[in-house]
Amino acid sequence: MDPYDILGVARTASADEIQKAYRRLAKKLHPDLNPGDAAAEERFKQVSGAYSLLSDEDKRRRFDAGEIDASGAERPQQQYYRDFAGRPGTDGRYENRAGFADFAQADDIIAELFRQQAERARRAPGADLHYRLAVDFLDAVNGATRRLSLPQGGSIDVTIPPGVKEGQVLRLRGKGAPSPGEGPPGDALVEIAVNPHRFFTRQGDDIHLELPVTIKEAVLGARVRVPTPTGTVMLAVPKGSDNGAVLRLKGKGVAKRGGGHGDELVRLKLMLPSEPDAELEAFLSGWEPAPDDDPRRNLQS
Amino acid sequence: MIISRTEFLYRAQLDQETLDIWLEEEWLLPHQAEDAPAFSEADLARAQLILELKRDLGVNDEGVGVILSLLDQVHSLRKVLADVLEAKRPDTIPDD
Repeated sequence: MDPYDILGVARTASADEIQKAYRRLAKKLHPDLNPGDAAAEERFKQVSGAYSLLSDEDKRRRFDAGEIDASGAERPQQQYYRDFAGRPGTDGRYENRAGFADFAQADDIIAELFRQQAERARRAPGADLHYRLAVDFLDAVNGATRRLSLPQGGSIDVTIPPGVKEGQVLRLRGKGAPSPGEGPPGDALVEIAVNPHRFFTRQGDDIHLELPVTIKEAVLGARVRVPTPTGTVMLAVPKGSDNGAVLRLKGKGVAKRGGGHGDELVRLKLMLPSEPDAELEAFLSGWEPAPDDDPRRNLQS
Repeated sequence: MIISRTEFLYRAQLDQETLDIWLEEEWLLPHQAEDAPAFSEADLARAQLILELKRDLGVNDEGVGVILSLLDQVHSLRKVLADVLEAKRPDTIPDD
């Protein structure tokens, strides 16, 4: 819609006339001057958008020249005071009951309502406060207690339950802002961020680990030491294990909600000796794989 | 969420002096924390309203005070009216 039409001014209107037209409309339409009229906000947005375009000489010139259109001239979404007035956030600080002084005494119902309102405001809880806490991977898996320093000073101890997930929010009852009246304090809401681990990764309740093994261990089988979140365990690598084979350590994963644990999944990674090994070379030069066991048979076209 | 005085000045785009006058006029009544005022989003929206009244609508200082006082009465009346209507609904009993 044409901004001149919205403000109801001629295209030749002076800056002064535009301001006057805007003020006349804004007095009628400003959402805070029309607390109960939901439609006022939409109309006011148009009017203030038109005004911000036409009150800026440069923008108005470019609009007149057809270089820009009226879109995008709307102001960003604004929170109006009326959205807060009378809501718990203001805890009655701005309330003014002079408007009923003449009939409040006469009417018990209203007097009672006032009493209830005041009582509710007095007992309203404090605000919830939001925090973020970065915890180490193993603390998230095993649980821990960590101290959270608050930006406003002081600190709270956060008990991290075993198995907490990235992005999970812990609610600490009564650790939020104090009540403005005599109500209980609000809660602290702590969002957990989990730092990555050097060699563990996590998928759901399972822990994944890549375990390097020598050729000898893979071919002949072996018992090797494997780290888990709760300490080192011995793992039997079966004879003839292939690269990429996954072995499952039952119950060595993350505590599940409602009891039990996930598993640790160990993926074998065959490693050649880090230095060329003459003995291995000498042995393998006398060794041939079975003629019908071609590892690349699936690649033949 | 509590807003400090510094953050409030920045977000409302006010200078120290103006804020002091508004506080003195009681146009803004922030909650008093231990030693410093603790502003809220509601106070911020109210400051925005005051700014728009003065800057966009050309209301002078005396007018701002009158408007705020009447607006506060309107909001209080609206709240009581809402409570009266709520209390009149037959199936609801106030919880206190």
